[in-house]
Amino acid sequence: MSWLPRVLRGFGMFWWDLLVGDTPEIFVAVVLALGLVALISVSAGWHAVAVALLPLLATATLVLSVRRAARAKR
Amino acid sequence: MIVAATVSTSDVVLVGAVFLACAVEMVEALTIVLAVGHTRGWRSALEGTGAAVLVLGALVAAIGPALVHVPLSALRLVVGGILLIFGLQWLRKAILRAAGLKALHDEDEAYREVVAEMQAVATRPDRDRVAFVMAFKGVFLEGLEVVVAVLTLGVSAHRLGLASLTAAVAILVVGGVGLIVARQLSNVPENLMKMGVGVMLVSFGTFWTGEALRVRWPGSDAILLALVAFYALISAAMISSLRRGESRSLEVAS
Repeated sequence: MSWLPRVLRGFGMFWWDLLVGDTPEIFVAVVLALGLVALISVSAGWHAVAVALLPLLATATLVLSVRRAARAKR
Repeated sequence: MIVAATVSTSDVVLVGAVFLACAVEMVEALTIVLAVGHTRGWRSALEGTGAAVLVLGALVAAIGPALVHVPLSALRLVVGGILLIFGLQWLRKAILRAAGLKALHDEDEAYREVVAEMQAVATRPDRDRVAFVMAFKGVFLEGLEVVVAVLTLGVSAHRLGLASLTAAVAILVVGGVGLIVARQLSNVPENLMKMGVGVMLVSFGTFWTGEALRVRWPGSDAILLALVAFYALISAAMISSLRRGESRSLEVAS
């Protein structure tokens, strides 16, 4: 069973690299965005806001992450 | 007429996303396999490739049917979240590359690096372990991202068979064409394809998470086309803005 911790560690590292990696801001922003949309979508009368909010938050995340990388590059 | 009635917008975008994702990763994997095959011989390179494809196929076959039993809304929320993160990462990288802020992936350079690495290992027995491992690792690691795309897209849409079939066709087509035009792999518009995949993954991620969170999309799954167009326009605008900023900072510097 000595291989088990190694396999579990490798599995964890794979998902960490895939989802967080060198862009932790994307991971955090997506989790927060989904939480916010979940709150809004259960509120009556906020349907139109919920439809627009998810694409707008995804776009804001992309813009912020790209700007962060561009600033670091320059 | 039957085909027209049963093919949905979601299917079309799914096939496009899986095909492009497979094609992009296949180009990168093929570069490694070609470099290994040319320097160390084809037998072990092809054995390593075959073994990696078998393991990847087994992963899809083992995990895919198990995921079907997870409640759909929970599955779509988790999978949609993964697609959003994964797609935003692809899109970010492609935008930075298109704007000249990150080096483009150079297949010629990758080929030279693998050849140099292979030539540095002198021993070359009948069964070339180094060549096998190198080809296996290259195909397996590039293929893992494809497995994630096939599983997440296929299972959420309840179209795992279609996603797997599309991936298999993409591997055969790109593999076949790649072997014929091996020397021109660097001419493949890889970054543009990556941007296309990123746009589609983010669109699917937005759509599935919205469905799971009970967002009532206007037009049902036809909204996917609007999301694809929206994210493509945003990406183009960002590239253009970054390029303008880059040329302005060059002018200031000179």
